[in-house]
Amino acid sequence: MNAIALADPIADTAMGDTLLYLEDVTVSFDGFKALNALSLAIGKGEMRTVIGPNGAGKTTMMDVITGKTRPDTGRVQFGDRIDLTRLDEAAVANLGIGRKFQKPTVFENLTVFENLELALKTSRGTFATLMARLDGTALRKIDEMLALIGLGGHKARSAGALSHGQKQWLEIGMLLLAEPQLLLLDEPVAGMTDIETEQTAKLFKELAGSHTLVVVEHDMQFVRELGVRVTVLHEGSVLAEGSLDHVQKNQRVVDVYLGR
Amino acid sequence: MTRHSLLTPRGWLVFLAAGFVLIVLLPAANRLAAPGGWLYLPDYLVPLIGKYCCYAMLALAMDLIWGYAGILSLGQGAFFALGGYCMGMYLMRQIGDRGVYKNPVLPDFMVFLNWKELPWYWQGFDMFWFAALMVVLVPAALAFVLGWLAFRSRVTGVYLSIITQAMTFALMLAFFRNNMGFGGNNGLTDFKDLLGLQVQSPTTRVGLLIASAVGLGLSFLLCRWIVGSKLGRVCRALRDAESRVRFLGYSPTGAKLFVFVVAAMISGIAGALYVPQVGIINPGEFSPANSIEIAIWVAVGGRGTLVGAILGAFIVNAAKTWLTGAAPEVWLFFLGALFIVVTLLLPRGVLGVMRDWQTRRAASRATAVAAKPVEAT
Ligand SMILES: Nc1ncnc2c1ncn2[C@@H]1O[C@H](COP(=O)(O)OP(=O)(O)OP(=O)(O)O)[C@@H](O)[C@H]1O
Ligand SMILES: [Mg+2]
Repeated sequence: MNAIALADPIADTAMGDTLLYLEDVTVSFDGFKALNALSLAIGKGEMRTVIGPNGAGKTTMMDVITGKTRPDTGRVQFGDRIDLTRLDEAAVANLGIGRKFQKPTVFENLTVFENLELALKTSRGTFATLMARLDGTALRKIDEMLALIGLGGHKARSAGALSHGQKQWLEIGMLLLAEPQLLLLDEPVAGMTDIETEQTAKLFKELAGSHTLVVVEHDMQFVRELGVRVTVLHEGSVLAEGSLDHVQKNQRVVDVYLGR
Repeated sequence: MTRHSLLTPRGWLVFLAAGFVLIVLLPAANRLAAPGGWLYLPDYLVPLIGKYCCYAMLALAMDLIWGYAGILSLGQGAFFALGGYCMGMYLMRQIGDRGVYKNPVLPDFMVFLNWKELPWYWQGFDMFWFAALMVVLVPAALAFVLGWLAFRSRVTGVYLSIITQAMTFALMLAFFRNNMGFGGNNGLTDFKDLLGLQVQSPTTRVGLLIASAVGLGLSFLLCRWIVGSKLGRVCRALRDAESRVRFLGYSPTGAKLFVFVVAAMISGIAGALYVPQVGIINPGEFSPANSIEIAIWVAVGGRGTLVGAILGAFIVNAAKTWLTGAAPEVWLFFLGALFIVVTLLLPRGVLGVMRDWQTRRAASRATAVAAKPVEAT
């Protein structure tokens, strides 16, 4: 039943289980509503793209999900019963929610290897971290990831010395090593070459199903390549939802975003 | 790459050589060499070098929190002073009835204040083990409470610096008050015995130098171990992008609190070793300027390196000893100028300059080799 839904994620049929559910979320900054009664449901194993003009609230939505910003009103539910609005960033991350930032943020003064080591799924407690030793399995995971993100030859370089695209990949690698259930990706292909963009699309498609992905992008080519359900945000709420072709035919979407 | 060894083989060599000088050569030069001979280390230099070792421990603690975790505490001197007071209280209790007022229990200043009995917080300090425990626990407890409040509320950067400065300033004012029971303005002094040995005797002083050198060495290894651990890498990550660390699921509060408390403990031990060597502890040790000076030592040596902190403490304090003897009025200007020069011209400190120089030499050697016809890779 779930498999059928996954086979055609664009279809407007209800997904199996809902993994992430935002209900009536409002966030205002000095009276300006960055999110305005936003409601959104993402199914387990679904990949969803979110598009919308600058300032539509896409990044703010991720801030709310990851505990960075507390909404004024509304609920953010993860799984069956967890209310994310009560948790801080670290607690949200430990639930298995990983995030890639709009501006690539890696630890510039640490090496590529060290960046991945910190991201690796392990106990996050202070003493456990103090005593942590990398065992063979962990090393192998890091090496595999280095190969996957094409940074095998750069593992001892400081992350600050990487190109923009390489930093994007490193951040994706860090995200994956944490083995999250839900991946929030804010403009993951910005600054990537066409080939890199293609590889990213391929990777995301492989991840979907076993992971749940929310991908924010402006790159329509990439959104088309992913070929999944699209949510259009505008002024802090959902303007349209459906397949890319469907939302592209929507006159209001053309007016506020695509027709610019 | 997986197992970070504590030191490189060359590092161990330097470490052991420095230890040998401080623990064997210098004491021998003082105790065994003929006075006046060129090998002889004069008595007055023994506690001076011991004092530098204590400062170097303090600098290490500062580097651990500032250089690695980005916590610019400008109150590190307070933990040093608290450790010093704990040791001072032990030393006061050892005086017994040899004080001016011959009171077997009460220190002179309490008799002078007409106090009839020992306050509760002076109990137990006649026992060395208890005092030694307090030397570590009191600074640790203060650091824990202050750090927990500050880090949990995400107080960082200059706000944290201000809070820690305010803390040491408040403690200074409190310790100046006579009715606090710590000797007020004059502090604690006129010490007689330490573990049954005369504090002033040349042998004890050599013993204290050795203890300080051992303390410095162990603190260095402890700090190396911490910064080489995964937690050390979390700290460096925090220093550069704290919020990003949270999104990976680490709690910055825990990591910062850990290094802050460890640094306070090292500072407390440094203070405890310092007091018997200088023979006095007074509220001046809490002065905000002292804490700022510690940051300058670390900046001069090169922060985030540990070795640089030790170098900085020795260099700046040797300069201070020399200048305050030769031209006392110049010292503060010198310190200010030093800070400006280091911040503007040597952001990586003396150690950074030394390392640059090394790499340049290695590079020029490499080009010299490359000048010969060698197959390109
Ligand atoms: N911390 C903040 N304080 C004040 N205003 C903010 C804050 N964060 C976001 N905003 C405002 O909220 C609105 C939504 O911002 P957001 O970053 O979520 O947009 P976005 O959809 O991600 O845009 P972009 O495509 O440019 O990344 C913007 O107008 C922004 O200026
Ligand atoms: Mg954005």
